[in-house]
Parts: sequence; structure tokens; C-alpha cells
Amino acid sequence: MNQYESKIVYDVKGLNLWYGNDQALKDINIQINKNEVTAIIGPSGCGKSTFIKTLNRMIENVPNVRTSGEILYHGLNIFDKTMRVEELRTRVGMVFQKPNPFPKSIYENVLYGPKIHGVKDKQMLEEILETSLKSAALWDEVKDRLHDNAYGLSGGQQQRLCIARALAVQPDVILMDEPTSALDPIATAKIEELIDSLKADYSISIVTHSMQQAGRISDKTAFFLMGELVEFGNTEMIFSNPRDKRTEDYITGRFG
Amino acid sequence: MDNQITPQNQIRNQIRNHIGRKKNNSDRLMPRFFLIMASVSIITTVGIVLTLITDAFHFFKEVSIFEFFSTKLAPLGANPSFGILPLINGTVLSSLIAMMVAIPIGLTSAMYLSEFSSPKTRSFIKPILEVLAGIPTIVYGFFAYSFVTPILMKLIPTLEAKNVLSPGIVMGIMIIPMVASLSEDAMKSVPNALREGAYGLGSTKLEVTTKVVLPAAMSGIMSSFVLAISRAIGETMIVAIASGSSKNFTFDITHSMQTMTGYIVEFTSGDAGSGTTGYYSLYAVGLMLFIFTFIMNLIAQYISKRFREEY
Ligand SMILES: Nc1ncnc2c1ncn2[C@@H]1O[C@H](COP(=O)(O)OP(=O)(O)O)[C@@H](O)[C@H]1O
Ligand SMILES: [Mg+2]
Repeated sequence: MNQYESKIVYDVKGLNLWYGNDQALKDINIQINKNEVTAIIGPSGCGKSTFIKTLNRMIENVPNVRTSGEILYHGLNIFDKTMRVEELRTRVGMVFQKPNPFPKSIYENVLYGPKIHGVKDKQMLEEILETSLKSAALWDEVKDRLHDNAYGLSGGQQQRLCIARALAVQPDVILMDEPTSALDPIATAKIEELIDSLKADYSISIVTHSMQQAGRISDKTAFFLMGELVEFGNTEMIFSNPRDKRTEDYITGRFG
Repeated sequence: MDNQITPQNQIRNQIRNHIGRKKNNSDRLMPRFFLIMASVSIITTVGIVLTLITDAFHFFKEVSIFEFFSTKLAPLGANPSFGILPLINGTVLSSLIAMMVAIPIGLTSAMYLSEFSSPKTRSFIKPILEVLAGIPTIVYGFFAYSFVTPILMKLIPTLEAKNVLSPGIVMGIMIIPMVASLSEDAMKSVPNALREGAYGLGSTKLEVTTKVVLPAAMSGIMSSFVLAISRAIGETMIVAIASGSSKNFTFDITHSMQTMTGYIVEFTSGDAGSGTTGYYSLYAVGLMLFIFTFIMNLIAQYISKRFREEY
């Protein structure tokens, strides 16, 4: 592997996906790099969620889903028979549109992953708890009430808790599906700040319907339209100088 | 207000007329009617409790509390004795056996139906469970006495023809659908977002079910258990038929025992003359039974508060 290749975390090659007979993704080719934020934008129903859920095979929970093509994660095809989906999902964390903490304490939420994956050492668990919450910029707000129910937190705090919960199993990729669409502007700003700081250690793919958000936080932007990847490149380029007419129309707000 | 005949004004007038014509009678009277209907069950409950208490009072004028809470039950002897403990013992033991059958089978069925089964197998199993729930209890009693008991006798040679084990097991079978379907409802109503959260952390389906769905549904599941216990405590026909009417105080489940309900059946269908102590003892036992199920209801309420995982 040369210098350039090792930067690639995901290499998606000719990915197609069908819900029953309806094709939702058409010949997607894209590369997702280490230490970068990749924004996925496009109008409602264009396949953003479908795509991001394919990256950790979460899409397989939907009945009658079929895929073709390859998704190489660090060079290994995630659809390969030898790939264990549970292991893939510990390497590739996911944060959802609506915060979905478990109805348990903050402590139990963060340590759920490490515990089911066999971490028993009390000291190690405490350490995971603290570092995960600190990385998610939540530690100071919750350190005095770790055993309170997570549902007592505000929406923004809950979402950061979900990020901490994902970080606790030590992934190297974090997938986020419109993580701020259920949050107010202040909570959104906090999450964006957090994404920026997480970039140093993780590769982040984020679906967003907000062009401004994509512009603010991402290095690369992928524009999807009706299941196709229309354009993919540096965010600055996409926003200032899109190659495709459809990208330009979308970005300037002419449709979608 | 202008009265030009535009289509809009026509509609407005029509609406206004309609509202004006309504005398509001039904809006005033119907809520009262609903209240009266709702009161029927309240009044009935109060009536039943009052009857139980007054007639039980007659009983306690003749029989001391100490005798009532003793182990000697011989209502028809020359020197009658009215200890209720053998009956409570019979009720508790048969219910315990029933729960030992119903909880594991019901809960695992619920987990399977809610989390693992395909829609096809589900649509096959659910109706069967419903049939099981619809069988009359007298049939279960007959089944316990003439089918389960003989089989158990082959396994346990000392088993008596009337015993508490067999009706206990059969009551458990009868209650399975209740536990299964109430627990399944509780698990089904756990939001999918929680399952997704757990899958996203690399949980297997089994881990999602046992570590996320089950705890989140615990309040509903526990309530289903308590309701099932109430059902077992109140069950009459199965125990009356298959468990016999021995009034001995014993913990040996291979023996015949009488339950509180069984005692009431025996004495209402038998010859306890109205006004005798034996007759009033029915009310005392009935009151006990009522207290038992009442406590179960309180426990159910407490549990559904205590175990509620808010989501
Ligand atoms: N579970 C599903 N079953 C069938 N079709 C689906 C399902 N989820 C999404 N789709 C379809 O796939 C397309 C892409 O949906 P989605 O990925 O959710 O879009 P986006 O996230 O960009 O709004 C839509 O046409 C949608 O109707
Ligand atoms: Mg979406």
C-alpha cells in the first residue's frame, strides 16, 4: 500500500441497491478518507440514508434488500462472507437522526457497547466512560450525574451521548444521518464543533439536508440525486464551481 | 356584517344556521349517560365488596380470627373447624406451579414472536395461541384429570389421582397465551430506534432482544406476569376437577389439595344450609380471595410505575 491508498477508509465500487424491485442506489463510486468529513447532500428520497446505512450494513435489517458491487473497508469487502457484521459495526459507529439513547443511565449507555463486547475490567470501563464522554464534549455537563437516566438530558446532550456511546467501542469511522435535524441551533452548533474536533481521530460521513452545514463542516461533499451520485469532490469546489448543472441548481436552491 | 349572496356567505350562513339549530341537548346529556354507564361497574364492585364484608362479618362473629388463620379445616365435622390456611396453601401452590410453566414458555414465545419470527410463522403461531386462550376452563380441567394426571402417574408413581401438580401445570398452559401476547405487545411497542442504536454498536439480534428490548419492555412484561398470577389465583374449574377436595395442610404437590375457589364451588353446590357458619364461611373465603387479587392489582400498578423505562 502506498501513501495515498492508506488514506482511504472506504472504497465504494459500482454499488447498486434495490428495495424489492425499486432501485435506490445506482452505480455509486466514492472514496471516503481518513481524517476527513464527507458530507452527503441531496433532496429528500435521493438515497442518502440508504447509502450511509449500507456502509455498516444496517440496511440489511430492511427485508428484501439486494445489493451488488463492492464496498471495500480498509481493503476488505464488507459484503464478503468472512466479514462479521457485528465486528464491522464496532469499527464503524453510527449516529441517528433522532437521539436514541437507551432508557438507562448515562453510564449504562456509554458502556453498553464495551460491556456486550466483553470488557469487564472496572478500571478500563471507567476510563472508556470518561474518555468517550470527554471526546463527545459532554463530560463536564454530566460527570456529576452519570447514574441518572439519559432521558433527563436535553436533546442536544442526548445526541452527544449517542456520539459518546458510539466512540466507546473505539471505531475509526462515524456515520451520521442528519444528526442535528432534531436539534435547536445552539445544540447544532455544539455538535458541529464536536464533529470538527473528532476529525483528527476519525473519518466522518454525515448526511445533511442543510447546505450551509455541509459548507461549514465538510472537506468533501457528495451530491446524490435519485439514487445517483451526481458529483463528488472538495467541498469548496462543489460549492463555488460545480461541474454538473444539477449540482449547481440544487446548491443555489433551484430545486429540492 | 354584509349579506351579499356570495358562495362564501351562503356556506357561512348554512354553518351558522346549523350551529344555531343544535339545541346542545345531546352535548349536555350524553356525558351524563356515559357517567351512568361507567357507574354500573363501580356500583357492582361496591355491592360485591359490601356483601362479602357483611356476610364475612357474620362468620367472624362465630369463628375467631385465630381459628380462621389455622391449618385445621373441617367444616362439616361434628366439631367444625374453619382454618383457611390449607386453602391458601392450595391456591398459592397451584398458582406457583402454573407460573413456573407459564412464565418461561410465555416469555420466550413472546421474544420469538416479537423479535425473531418471520411474518409468516407469526401469522401461523398467533392464531394457535388465541385458540389456546379460548378453550373453556372446564375442558382444561378434564384434560388435566384424564390426560395429564395419568401421564404424570407414570413418571411419579406416588402421585394421587387428584393432586395439585397436574392442574397447576395445566393452568400454566392455559395462561401461556396471556403472558405471551401481553409481553409481545410490550416488546413490540419498544421503538425501533432503540434496536437500531444497539445494532449500530455491533449487537447481535439476541443481544438486542435481551439487553435492550427486554429491559425497555420490563414494565409491561412484569404486569403480564402479575395479571397471569391473578388469573391463576382466581381459576376454579381446573383445580375443582383435578385437584380434589382434600383439606389437609401439606406442601406435597403430589397430594390432593383444595384451593379457595375449589372450596367455594364445593360448598355452593353442596349442602351448606343458608345461615349456617359453613354458609358464611364461603363469604370469608371469598373475601380472602378478593384481598388476594386486590393485592395483585396493587402490585401490578406499583410494578408498572417502578419498572417503567421512559422512552
Ligand atoms: N425501507 C424501505 N423500503 C422500501 N423503499 C425504501 C425504504 N427506505 C427508503 N426507500 C426508498 O428509497 C429511496 C431513498 O430513500 P432514503 O435513502 O431514505 O432517502 P433520503 O435519506 O435521501 O431522504 C426513496 O425512494 C425511498 O422511498
Ligand atoms: Mg434520510
